[in-house]
Amino acid sequence: MDEIKVEKLEKRYGSIIAVDRISFSVQKGEIFGFLGPNGAGKSTTISILATLLEPSGGEAWINGFNIRSDRNAVRKSIGLVFQDPSLDDRLTAEENLKFHARLYGVSSADYKKRIVEVLDLVELTDRQNDIVRTFSGGMKRRLEIARGLIHYPAVLFLDEPTLGLDPQTRAHLWEYILKLRREKEMTIFMTTHYMNEAEFCDRIAIIDQGKIVALDTPAELKKKIGGDIIRMQSAENEKLIKEIKEKYNLDAKAEDQSVQIEVANAETFLPRLFNELNTKIDSIELRRPTLDDVFLNLTGRRIREQHASDRDLAQTQFWGRKRS
Amino acid sequence: MNLSAIYTIWEREIIRYWRDKTRIVSTLVQPLMFLAIFGTGLRQALVGGSLGIDFLKFMYPGIIAMSVMGVAFFSTISTVWDREFGFLKEILVAPISRTSIALGKALGATTVASTQALLLLLLAPIIGVSLHITLIPSLIIFMLILAFAISGMGLLIASLLKTLESFGLLMQLLVFPMFFLSGAFFPLTAVPGWMKVLSMIDPLSYGVDALRGIILGGEISSAEAARIIVHTQPVNALALVVFSTLMISAAVLAFNKRS
Repeated sequence: MDEIKVEKLEKRYGSIIAVDRISFSVQKGEIFGFLGPNGAGKSTTISILATLLEPSGGEAWINGFNIRSDRNAVRKSIGLVFQDPSLDDRLTAEENLKFHARLYGVSSADYKKRIVEVLDLVELTDRQNDIVRTFSGGMKRRLEIARGLIHYPAVLFLDEPTLGLDPQTRAHLWEYILKLRREKEMTIFMTTHYMNEAEFCDRIAIIDQGKIVALDTPAELKKKIGGDIIRMQSAENEKLIKEIKEKYNLDAKAEDQSVQIEVANAETFLPRLFNELNTKIDSIELRRPTLDDVFLNLTGRRIREQHASDRDLAQTQFWGRKRS
Repeated sequence: MNLSAIYTIWEREIIRYWRDKTRIVSTLVQPLMFLAIFGTGLRQALVGGSLGIDFLKFMYPGIIAMSVMGVAFFSTISTVWDREFGFLKEILVAPISRTSIALGKALGATTVASTQALLLLLLAPIIGVSLHITLIPSLIIFMLILAFAISGMGLLIASLLKTLESFGLLMQLLVFPMFFLSGAFFPLTAVPGWMKVLSMIDPLSYGVDALRGIILGGEISSAEAARIIVHTQPVNALALVVFSTLMISAAVLAFNKRS
């Protein structure tokens, strides 16, 4: 059975189309990722599936329940970790967890055990009785993840779950997510714009401007790139592109200050290139394709351009979110 | 509806209230200021007037009712803060009905407002009112239904108000007029017709009238009572219950509407 089934889902705000008739389904126990830049429609889709937003069109089912007509059953089936903080910062960590567990109908015998379990997982056991207001951003995020798990949902929605976490916590969290999937057959739906994070997913939907532009396993997506990526730097990029096109009939792209080509088998191609090329090249780099290349290939843009560093991210937020 | 969910939401309101000591102090100080400044000042000016009783005694029940309203209103309007700080999302995505959410919030505010009002009863000896212990149950009942009615109103407004910006306007156009038309500061028995009509749609006026009737009942003659008391207690109770029902139902409907 499909744990999540989405058919022609659509969300419009006036003339703006945030989610453009997307369809997909997710199997039980699968980790499914939505990959795309900010403003692509990832969070809107999660909000609709979590019954927080009414779709403008289309249908969706979670755990067999319709998101329009069976809202309470959907809500009981899901755990949700929001992108923006949603804790009560006047309550303690334990009170936040207790509040949540009770609203989801977890018995007091169960939630007492589980509070210990989830706090241990996110390494906040020693802060159990502290007021959340005194927590750092990363600690709040970890507590929110603990909260999303405490009612053992069938489907866990994670909206940019590791945003603002340090690498160690991020690795730890992924370890736990994979364990949850293994032990409880939990289905996980996540959004991210981190490429390396998307690699953990069983399947990925690449979303851009409200549309799913590709949907497959990370390995298959990368295969579509057509092999390995060779990046060259030269003083005469224009000439280099022209020469490669003429000699090998390859589509060379100028990128930043370099020229990029995709070849099926770089190991045998490189020696040929060195022998036959007339244009002088200064440096050369060979690498396996990443999901970022997949995105670039599909949309003509990079995701990471916007988020190359934290400083860039801050700038994007300061200047307002760009749609491109 | 789900009792455990209502209880959970109620408990959060109580915990938050108890942790916010500045709020407790300020909501206790405000009625004291009204009594000390307004009460003492106007008392001088009104000596020998037609009121028939000491002005401070007259105003005291009104100030208690105003305090109930203030606390109940601000406790429920805090839903707007919840929205601003994201916590409302956590509540709205939970598998509980909107009715449970609204009732839990309203009951929390009701509890907090009534507790504050009970504390104000401790002032009775200072004001010079002798309160017999047997009056306490009926006072509590009226405090509760008044607080519940105002909580419903606060919730309704909070669910319509999307940001904190319109808050100042709301105070000017709604809360202050409700205070002034409630009869807390002057009797509503001899006011012009237009003011009588306005005060009749002010739920606070029934609360003020009810508390005044109970607190001063043993102190004044029936002739004096006729000059300052507007309605009988069953009328006050009925008006407040009807108002509560309307407001809570409207608030639940507003909560159920999704963007």
